[in-house]
Amino acid sequence: MNFNAVPGLVEVKQAHGETTLVVDPARLIEAALHLRDELGFNFLSDIAATDYLGWGGKGVSGSIATASGRDLNRPSTQGFQALPSLKPKRFAMNYHLLGVRAGAPRVRLQVWLDEDEPVPSVVRVWPTADWHEREAWDLMGVPIEGHPNLRRILMDDDWEGHPLRKDYPIGGEPVRFSGDE
Amino acid sequence: MALAPPRPTIYEGTRIPAPIPTVLQVPRELREGEDILSVNFGPNHPSTHGVLRLVVDLNGEEVVGLAAVIGYLHTGFEKSMEQKTWWKAITYPERIDYVAFQYNELVFVLAIEKLLAIEVPPRATWMRMLLCELNRIHSHLVWLGTAALELGAISMFWYCFRERDRILDLFEMACGARMHTRYFQAGGLAEDVPPGFFDECAKFVELMPKAIDDYEGLVDRSPIWRERTKGIGLLSADDAIALGQSGPVLRGSGVDWDLRREQPYLAYDKVDFRVPVYPEGDVYARYRVRMDEMRESVRIVDQALRRMPGGRWIADDRKVVLPPREELHTSMESLIHHFKIVTEGYRVPEGEVYVAVESPRGEAGCYVVSDGGPRPWRVKFRAPSFVALEATATCMSNALVADMIAIVGSLDTVMGDCDR
Repeated sequence: MNFNAVPGLVEVKQAHGETTLVVDPARLIEAALHLRDELGFNFLSDIAATDYLGWGGKGVSGSIATASGRDLNRPSTQGFQALPSLKPKRFAMNYHLLGVRAGAPRVRLQVWLDEDEPVPSVVRVWPTADWHEREAWDLMGVPIEGHPNLRRILMDDDWEGHPLRKDYPIGGEPVRFSGDE
Repeated sequence: MALAPPRPTIYEGTRIPAPIPTVLQVPRELREGEDILSVNFGPNHPSTHGVLRLVVDLNGEEVVGLAAVIGYLHTGFEKSMEQKTWWKAITYPERIDYVAFQYNELVFVLAIEKLLAIEVPPRATWMRMLLCELNRIHSHLVWLGTAALELGAISMFWYCFRERDRILDLFEMACGARMHTRYFQAGGLAEDVPPGFFDECAKFVELMPKAIDDYEGLVDRSPIWRERTKGIGLLSADDAIALGQSGPVLRGSGVDWDLRREQPYLAYDKVDFRVPVYPEGDVYARYRVRMDEMRESVRIVDQALRRMPGGRWIADDRKVVLPPREELHTSMESLIHHFKIVTEGYRVPEGEVYVAVESPRGEAGCYVVSDGGPRPWRVKFRAPSFVALEATATCMSNALVADMIAIVGSLDTVMGDCDR
């Protein structure tokens, strides 16, 4: 399948038998409409937001390091010593698309975002994006622009922070009763 | 630059509410009257299959507004899995969808294997398929029992759970646990199939079609059941695709779509099975799809039993797979490998993959990112129950309160799966 005509296309990546299309977030809606109407990706399987804070480094939330500072991500004893390839920005939004027709073609639409950089909503392209985008906002704190009902979905309405971010601590529930109360 | 029109309404003539596809808003002319009653249905209600909360606006018996509120069972599985080694993280997914536990386990293991590019021996592949199809029957039995119970057919519950128990016995035999088996490992199965398992499984294959006949005799010929399910909870094929529905809900809306056939994984391209499709798009069609699927699953299990290959049950890759137990007493090398895999975990090459399988509820997907370390960087599950609940508002237009129970039941959601 030829993806060269996708608007705002930055890069096409092939890995593990999967195709990833990186597009410019400003032209996401155009790219989504093109993929749906021209190339027949009429089914949005999933939207997955990913936080790459501390990618390739150590000291991020959840790193298991010993007291001497040895990070188990970088052992001196066995393979995979290469640092992971750098990511352009902190957050990635991955739209997993599927064409409901023979051959079941799949493609991953990817946009890269800085912290608090909004991404346009694709609810009008694929109505199923509604809850997926609310989840991306709730758990990862990706602001969705133009979403008709952008509220938290899995966490409480008054929750502070976005739990799936890498800088959100484990056991990060705020203490309700501090010394002042 | 050819910019799209400002508000493209693509799915014209559908019943998907606008502007929010998942919320049914009370029409303005009704809102101004005083007859609208807002009711909280759930989160603790026996027919919400867990902790689903529906905020329903009622005009007499009629549902005129609806919003589903979820998240009561959110346990942060995805965050927890980022803290565990790949090896330990396999324990988590099956607790997400606790009715179709094998499928989440399978999809996560398949994702690891895709990143590792590890070859799985045929015996493991066929055994995975067999157990998954048993699990599909198990899941549909739980659905049938509880959905019928909610509509007043109490005896169905006992019959369904009788057969369900036999499936759990088989799981217990294979891996020691009745639910949450953790039997699939990256590279194959945790242990070989125990002796006698296939004989017991063959007995079940013989018994199950008769049991399905019995269920159909009990509910299908009951006028009350047909009255309460036919023509209710309508979802058109276009609406179902636009709302991302999958599995029996999609096939009940007349879309001939099954990932087992469209993008064959495991050994589904080597077995013969039929994909049931019903075009009516109502609760009854979804019920019919699930009943037919149980029969097809029995057929797949039967074929797997006849054609089960011998040989190893797990790949022989010492950097990923635990060494055989008996070697630990004699081989230093094996002991080191065992120690490394259990403590530090194996490393999975850098990359991102999305793997999807056809679970009893639809497309169960898993997006995994690895940074080359011993723990996943990010795990995201595409939960079919989460997506199914997005269709509640569309299905519920013009429904009555009593239909609401049937409709929510027919979407077959598991709240653990939905909230993760």
